[in-house]
Amino acid sequence: MQTIHTHIDTINKSGSKALAVFLTAGFPSADTYVDTACSLLDAGADILEIGIPFSDPLADGPIIQQSSQLALDNGIRLKDVFTYCEQIRERTSKKLVAMGYANPILSYGVEKFMTDAASAGFDGLIVPDVPYDEYENFYGQINKSLETILLVTPVTTPERIALVDKKSKGFLYYVSVAGITGTHSWSGDVIGSLQRVRAMGLQNKLMVGFGVSSAGDIHKIKGHCDGVIVGSAIIKRLLDEPQNIKRVEEFVASLKQACVG
Amino acid sequence: MSGTLNYSLPDRAGHFGIYGGKYVPETLIAPLAELEAVYQKAVHDDIFQKTLMDLHSEYTGRPTPLTYAERLTEYYGTGRIYLKREDLCHTGAHKINNALGQILLAKQLGKTRIIAETGAGQHGVATATVCAKFGLHCIVYMGETDMQRQSLNVFRMKLLGAEVRPVTSGSRTLKDATNEAIRDWVGNVHNTHYIIGSVVGPHPYPMIVRDFQSIIGRETKQQILQREQKLPSYILACVGGGSNAAGIFYPFIQDTGVKLIGIEAAGHGVHTGKHSATLTLGRHGVFHGMLTYLLQDADGQVQEAHSISAGLDYPGVGPEHSYLKDSGRVAYASIDDTQALKAVSLMSLKEGILPALETAHAIAYLETLMPILSTADIVVVNISGRGDKDLNTIIQNISVD
Repeated sequence: MQTIHTHIDTINKSGSKALAVFLTAGFPSADTYVDTACSLLDAGADILEIGIPFSDPLADGPIIQQSSQLALDNGIRLKDVFTYCEQIRERTSKKLVAMGYANPILSYGVEKFMTDAASAGFDGLIVPDVPYDEYENFYGQINKSLETILLVTPVTTPERIALVDKKSKGFLYYVSVAGITGTHSWSGDVIGSLQRVRAMGLQNKLMVGFGVSSAGDIHKIKGHCDGVIVGSAIIKRLLDEPQNIKRVEEFVASLKQACVG
Repeated sequence: MSGTLNYSLPDRAGHFGIYGGKYVPETLIAPLAELEAVYQKAVHDDIFQKTLMDLHSEYTGRPTPLTYAERLTEYYGTGRIYLKREDLCHTGAHKINNALGQILLAKQLGKTRIIAETGAGQHGVATATVCAKFGLHCIVYMGETDMQRQSLNVFRMKLLGAEVRPVTSGSRTLKDATNEAIRDWVGNVHNTHYIIGSVVGPHPYPMIVRDFQSIIGRETKQQILQREQKLPSYILACVGGGSNAAGIFYPFIQDTGVKLIGIEAAGHGVHTGKHSATLTLGRHGVFHGMLTYLLQDADGQVQEAHSISAGLDYPGVGPEHSYLKDSGRVAYASIDDTQALKAVSLMSLKEGILPALETAHAIAYLETLMPILSTADIVVVNISGRGDKDLNTIIQNISVD
């Protein structure tokens, strides 16, 4: 089966950056989740990150927190996340990545989570509160049936980026702002730091997230990465107008358009 | 039984056995490493240590007394009860021990903006106090629910020049205030030091806070040896996050003849679902950057903790306590709201000391412990704070007529 890396590489070779979108499972509502997620993929997203709702999402800003809380209030639990993934998997061959905090995964059993998530159709896993330092403690010696994606930031040292890149599978997630999700305060040197990271000759594709919220942002950085990840900007549109799927589709289409060329 | 135990935790990566660690977003890895480096330097820096000790003697009011509780001892009729008087610290609780240490670290780090979380408000007050003393900008995150039940402390913090930011997410208590402080830190690591208030969070915080608080235990050891020429049989301390307990226990951990008992809040009762008895009823989880015992539902969602005392109202617990529980070195018990309130009255009437509601949980355990002791047994209770801040709650629950 094609890896996430190959998927991104194929897109890059076709002349586009990869576009990953994030949508919290069970948001905007339990019933509309699968259709909404699929329409984002149809509108041009190449990778879907399915957010696992958590009570204490400490890397997330108010927008994703709100979506997570709504999902929990809607009764969304891990088993629902797997069900959504199965249903989305039936309708797409694009890459599906689970993004969730450590505790619900630990509570479920890390190995069992991996196995069940893979059979539901997930390809990758991002756990923002399991950094490189705790990777071995968290995953132990289990058979990893998902590609585990790790993150680096503008304050990660070059030595550490090299270590993280070695360990990361799928792609390397570059957090482009010093802040939580939905922060938008790129300093002037975001391109400079992306250039420095890329110059290190990474084994992974470099995907930029946290702080990418518009086609304009993508135009600015697309020369210096392999793809982008957009979350809060999409969730915000759905919080504002949960029924207006067309508006979000158009937004995703505009993001994809910005990725091309 | 007496003897010694080799104990040198956490390990280099910040683990107490399987517990602890750094379960944080990547952005915090660099500032945590920076903090650890500055702290390790400070540990061996005579000037740093002397500055801290001078501040403790001239500002905090240390050493705090070890008071023999004569009438309380008579009341129980067995053993000898001593009270370690952290309630007499400047600002009214042990929290200042850590806040002072950390403000000195912040200065070494060159950070000009201080953030903190607070539950009962004692850590917020302590942080606001040291920020005022050192002229640093202070922002305290506090759950909206806690702001209502601890309105006096909110006013105190503001009077001390701090900005108190209400937290309206989740249960609007300490856990949510901590989330918000961590989020702030993630976005402002370049100029901000986060003064965490308990032995919780990612490494090196549980170690740093324990070390700064362990002055309580070091003084206690010296004082009790002077008074009784022997170590106590028991030490009691309440446990929310667990900093006052860690502080008084740590210097005694290797003295296995000293039985250490941490007392958690049973809230309405451990079988009611409304409690903060993390070590008694929680299971392993990752929360606020650490692996530890955690109150959570079957799906791994963190549950709200309940206690009449805002300072114990926390669904996690310091990772070292999780280790000490599993290893058996410390025993953990729980005391409910009603028992704690009874202890407030008892301590007030017998010793003329109004304890904080948090502290009252440790005191209430004497009811269980004293009847099984012999007259030779010495018990030390850590009086972690005074109860003036709790008068609103106490007035609603205790009748004096």
